[in-house]
Amino acid sequence: MTATDQLETPLEDGDGGADGSMVRLLKSWRLAGIFIPFVILFVVLSIASGPFLHTANLVNILDQQASYLDIAAAGTLVLVAGGIDLSVGATYGLTTVIAGELALHGQPVLAIVVAVAAGLVVGLVNGLIVTVLRINPLIATLATSFVIAGAALKVTSGNLVVLSATSSFFKFANAQFLSIPSAVWMSAAFIAVLALLLARTTFGRHVVAAGGNAEAARLAGVRVNLIRVVTFVISGGAAGLGGVIDTSRLLSAQAGSGGSPLAFTVLAGIVVGGTSIAGGEGSVVRTAIGVLFIALIGNGFNLLGVDPLYQQIVLGLLLIAAVALDVWARRRRR
Amino acid sequence: MTTGAFEDTPPVARTPGDDLVVAGVSKRFGGVPALTDVSLTVRAGTVHALVGENGAGKSTLGKIISGVMTPDEGSVHLGGVTLSLRSPRDALAKGIVTIAQELAIVPGLTVAENVYLGAETHRAGFVRRGEARRRFRELADRVGFRLSPDWLAGQLTTADQQKVEIMRALSRDASIVIMDEPTAALAEHETAALHAIIRSLAREGKSVILVSHFLSEVLALADEITTLRDGRVIRTVAAADATEETLIEGMLGRSLGAAFPDKTPPPAQAEVVLRVEGLVAPGVRDCSLEVHRGEIVGIAGLVGAGRSELARAVFRDVRAQRGTVHLAGANLSGRGPYHSLRRGLALIPESRKEMGLLVGRSVKENVSLSRLDLVSRFGWVSGARERRAVASLLERTTVKAASLRQPVAMLSGGNQQKILFARAVMCGPRVLIADEPTRGVDVGSKRAIYDLIVEMAREGMGVVVISSELEEVLGLAHRVLVMRQGRIVAEFTGHAMNQQAVLAAAFSETSEHQGVR
Repeated sequence: MTATDQLETPLEDGDGGADGSMVRLLKSWRLAGIFIPFVILFVVLSIASGPFLHTANLVNILDQQASYLDIAAAGTLVLVAGGIDLSVGATYGLTTVIAGELALHGQPVLAIVVAVAAGLVVGLVNGLIVTVLRINPLIATLATSFVIAGAALKVTSGNLVVLSATSSFFKFANAQFLSIPSAVWMSAAFIAVLALLLARTTFGRHVVAAGGNAEAARLAGVRVNLIRVVTFVISGGAAGLGGVIDTSRLLSAQAGSGGSPLAFTVLAGIVVGGTSIAGGEGSVVRTAIGVLFIALIGNGFNLLGVDPLYQQIVLGLLLIAAVALDVWARRRRR
Repeated sequence: MTTGAFEDTPPVARTPGDDLVVAGVSKRFGGVPALTDVSLTVRAGTVHALVGENGAGKSTLGKIISGVMTPDEGSVHLGGVTLSLRSPRDALAKGIVTIAQELAIVPGLTVAENVYLGAETHRAGFVRRGEARRRFRELADRVGFRLSPDWLAGQLTTADQQKVEIMRALSRDASIVIMDEPTAALAEHETAALHAIIRSLAREGKSVILVSHFLSEVLALADEITTLRDGRVIRTVAAADATEETLIEGMLGRSLGAAFPDKTPPPAQAEVVLRVEGLVAPGVRDCSLEVHRGEIVGIAGLVGAGRSELARAVFRDVRAQRGTVHLAGANLSGRGPYHSLRRGLALIPESRKEMGLLVGRSVKENVSLSRLDLVSRFGWVSGARERRAVASLLERTTVKAASLRQPVAMLSGGNQQKILFARAVMCGPRVLIADEPTRGVDVGSKRAIYDLIVEMAREGMGVVVISSELEEVLGLAHRVLVMRQGRIVAEFTGHAMNQQAVLAAAFSETSEHQGVR
């Protein structure tokens, strides 16, 4: 008797901790997601730095982030469906050089169409590798990113493509509407479409189900593999669109642009936005805020003249905090 | 309750060693008693078998003896010393070894490395491979297994992997060996070899606790047999005094947990809605069955008899190697669950958390998942239509939820199960397969689920109920099929459909073709 009593007591103590209010607080923080820290950071930067709040600075941030926002929005769908796409950086590089070469040869429309199509094809290949060959998406997209990066180098033979600002291709991302460049409008529209797709359509529900519990989803009649392939196709297409936007915006294209830094920054934005790396839940809008949050940190550090070194450290710590919160929230639910 | 046990037992050949005494052990899982005041004595140098229905508490008792679980009340003594085991490792140190149903080998290590895992002979941290191989050979000779020490364990057959586990147990100088269904995966000649080992263990003065569904095996091997029912010891008898009939009788006769609704027999000339012919799939061997409109067909059998495997093969969740499935005339072969559902076959899977629910998502999303197309237009989900549809389904299935937005993780097991029924009802199937429809469900919800099943059948649906609770199958079904080792071995209707007959068919190894089949 005494022996078992001793065994049982610590177990019960461990389970019965009364931290309900703390749980609720953190849960609501998670619901509000990244919004509150974003607003706080925004206000702090507005006060601390004069130039921050200028329209030019803010529009500039959005313009710079347009491609990242596109790619991250699509990456959110991939993550929610239970996958991950590390090849977006390489795909972005490939599509910039495709768009750059075609634009250089006076084919602006073809440049846009072919580059985005190339992204879609890459996404389809990724999706098929993951579902048909059943290769872990992390490894599959890591592998394809090498292939894609090689192909991109082949397109330009490693050279930098430089375009002129007089070409009509330049207008694609730089046309102004209400003093805001078309790149920003496009990414806003893309985010809105994907946000609605995830939150309001049968497809979105199936994406959530596939990532939340693939087995249950399959038994409930969700075509999990099809759904996953589609998310990869969307992700590839978004990388293509991002590549075209930046080629038009910057008037240059290089195979090595994007790459793993882009893939990881985008992933960081998604995760900071509170989308779970384990799949099954997430929000495109929160991803957008997450990407902008990271951009604000960079912008703020620049404006305040802080050593960029700290920027990376802060970003890293932020990521750990975001994921820890996610893991913790999941464990509580079980 | 077990006072008779000691008088019943004949004098056993006493050999050196220590008796294992289980004294008044109780264990509850979330308020549900799994074991109640269980006492028994396993004498040194004997084989002691535990028998009982699925869920009678055999495995729980084995886990308590082996330190995997701690009892809520009572204690376990070995050789007069009270054991307070905190972990399987503790139990190992005391000489108690378990060979579990689920194998615990490391596939990437060799046979010898697996046998001596955690007890490697080493010098300054380096494993002495030659020494291990020599010891392995000695051990293999002693037990008569032909296994190379250098094969990778992951490449062995299940039976050989089991041998690795047995050798591991023997290499530890165990005094108590607990075997949970050791022969379930073995072929006949391997079973014979294992039986010889079990006998030789007992001769060496060790105690073997044998948990087995195979009554003839139990009768042949055991010295004493303890029958468990609903977590209580019914009796402990000498194997010489027991027969299959007396053992089955002991396992039977539990009180009815929940009353069942009245049976409405299906119309006499009801057409066949589900026809399965010669189905062969993993765990399913040549199964054929028919389900009629308005009929409830029960599938009984022991855990591992292939009931759930059959359900998933019929639903086309796993690919069948042979055989056909026709649903109301349409062939379901070669397609997946999506197509089965579209054709009108729904499945409520055996484990709702792993295979049924999105536990983190809302009640609403979980119910509408299969048929979102009914509440959407061009892929756009209409919030209002979805809420209306789900609300009426929840009412029909008597789900009690705070709101449609409540995550299903917050609901009771009964309500979670009803959510799956609501989802199935939304699909409007011609045939519903409900696998363990009331597992882990409170009594009140059980009755509600029974009512629902009977009502759906009355409306013309064909229902297949798979359950480990025999009275549930008998209480609901118009017709009962019994499965054993992947086959449908018996079929019962009318008065022939009783516990005794079904259990005998489920347990027996020889009596094929009972009933009308």
